[in-house]
Amino acid sequence: MATYSTNEFKAGLKVMLDGDPATIVENEFVKPGKGQAFSRVRIRNLKTGRTIERTFKSGETIEAADVVDVEMQYLYNDGQFWHFMNPETYEQLASDKNAIGDNAKWMKEQDVCIITLWNGVPLVVEPPNTVVLKIVETDPGLKGDTSGGGGKPATLETGAVVRVPLFIQNGETIKVNTRTGEYISRA
Amino acid sequence: MKLSNDWRPTATLEVLKLRARLLERIRAFFSERGVLEVETPMLSGAATTDPALASFVTRYVGPLFPHGRTMYLHSSPEFPMKRLLAAGCGSIYQIGKVFRDGESGRLHNPEFTLIEWYRIGFDHHRLMDETSELVMRLLPTRLGLAAPERLTYREAFQRFAGIDPHTAAAADFATTAWSHRISVPPALLAHNDLAIWRDLLLTHLVEPELGQGRLTFLHDYPASQASLARVLPGEPPVAARFELYLNGVELANGFHELADPAEQRTRFERQLHARTAEGLPAVPMDGPLLAALEHGLPDCAGVALGFDRLVMIAAGASSIADVIAFPVDRA
Repeated sequence: MATYSTNEFKAGLKVMLDGDPATIVENEFVKPGKGQAFSRVRIRNLKTGRTIERTFKSGETIEAADVVDVEMQYLYNDGQFWHFMNPETYEQLASDKNAIGDNAKWMKEQDVCIITLWNGVPLVVEPPNTVVLKIVETDPGLKGDTSGGGGKPATLETGAVVRVPLFIQNGETIKVNTRTGEYISRA
Repeated sequence: MKLSNDWRPTATLEVLKLRARLLERIRAFFSERGVLEVETPMLSGAATTDPALASFVTRYVGPLFPHGRTMYLHSSPEFPMKRLLAAGCGSIYQIGKVFRDGESGRLHNPEFTLIEWYRIGFDHHRLMDETSELVMRLLPTRLGLAAPERLTYREAFQRFAGIDPHTAAAADFATTAWSHRISVPPALLAHNDLAIWRDLLLTHLVEPELGQGRLTFLHDYPASQASLARVLPGEPPVAARFELYLNGVELANGFHELADPAEQRTRFERQLHARTAEGLPAVPMDGPLLAALEHGLPDCAGVALGFDRLVMIAAGASSIADVIAFPVDRA
């Protein structure tokens, strides 16, 4: 079993915390001049997404987590699993609803996602920062309104609903920021 | 091949000039007071026995020591400076690099600059006065600092952690840590070393509150954390030791110096036992220091001031790397 000592702590290190995989967000070395040294870390649980603070005595060790980030292309959804392929090795894997979470609404075939694997199993699926999606339903905009102020809801081909300017019409493709869920521009 | 920028200094030229200016002012401060600048060896055949300090170790081979002599980079110039004091040189100061293995972070670099001085006939309170004067003279007035304050170690713990550090047991410290949502390191759970528990609460709850808008001197440490300070009788007995804080950052550590050679030897031996118990490397205790104390150390107080951290505050820097030319990863 691989372990890391406090000397190896740094942002991005993947470790096991209370039985869950976690990533170190920030590590601070604290030590009174004539006293005990500690590592104060902010650490994010990769399953729950929650960030907590933990303190370790210098020299303590923590179990390493077999967590890697890989880029994979989204292929299709079979109703239960989302299927992905490594574009270089053609290796495929499937992710369940837990790893996709709310990101399901951004999943568009062919898009390259970052998949965080824990012991080879998808833990988190991150869609690209921006995706291009087609509008399948929105109210017709008011004639002559090009200001975009106010906006209206639009349902996209993946089921996501975003606010778009009034001049955007059914059938158009738009660029959306998946981190904020906001409309960026026409595609 | 991509060229790396790692050859560049991490401090700006402006900050390097500030360092030089502050060093000039420090020398002027001591010169005005008739305190003599001295230099002592960075390489020593002895090392600090303090289990909380790890010394770099190297080896000299050559004339005088054809088979080699194990030598340690000093973690502070304290021992040889006390030998000078015992030899009758009067009040002295030194500006120099010290070395501590295992310490790197926002406030730590394994080598850093200490301003260390000793004042004959001073106790730790008089030395706190002088430390205030020096630090206030070095810091820019735009910081708008209020008058310095003094807090005993007990007052600070009571105020900021709600616990009496002199009477609390390990279980009490643990309860206090949990009630402040500090995750207790697993290695501490079975630990009865109260100094480590105090350090946990000190670093997490007390230190961040010290030195807010003014210099805070923390003094009267638990006798078990006397280090090289004399212990004052009382209930409980406390160490004549102080630390200076500004913006939650520890800047200086001072003592009314222990002069009793027997007590000094006992402390060295206790620390060496602690090192063995913790699996830390054994180091030779400083025989010449003990001999100098036998000869007689004049009544004095001494303090070590972290120069780099002082520059950080003067420059408004958030990391020690911003005020030294080449931190350990570029050294």
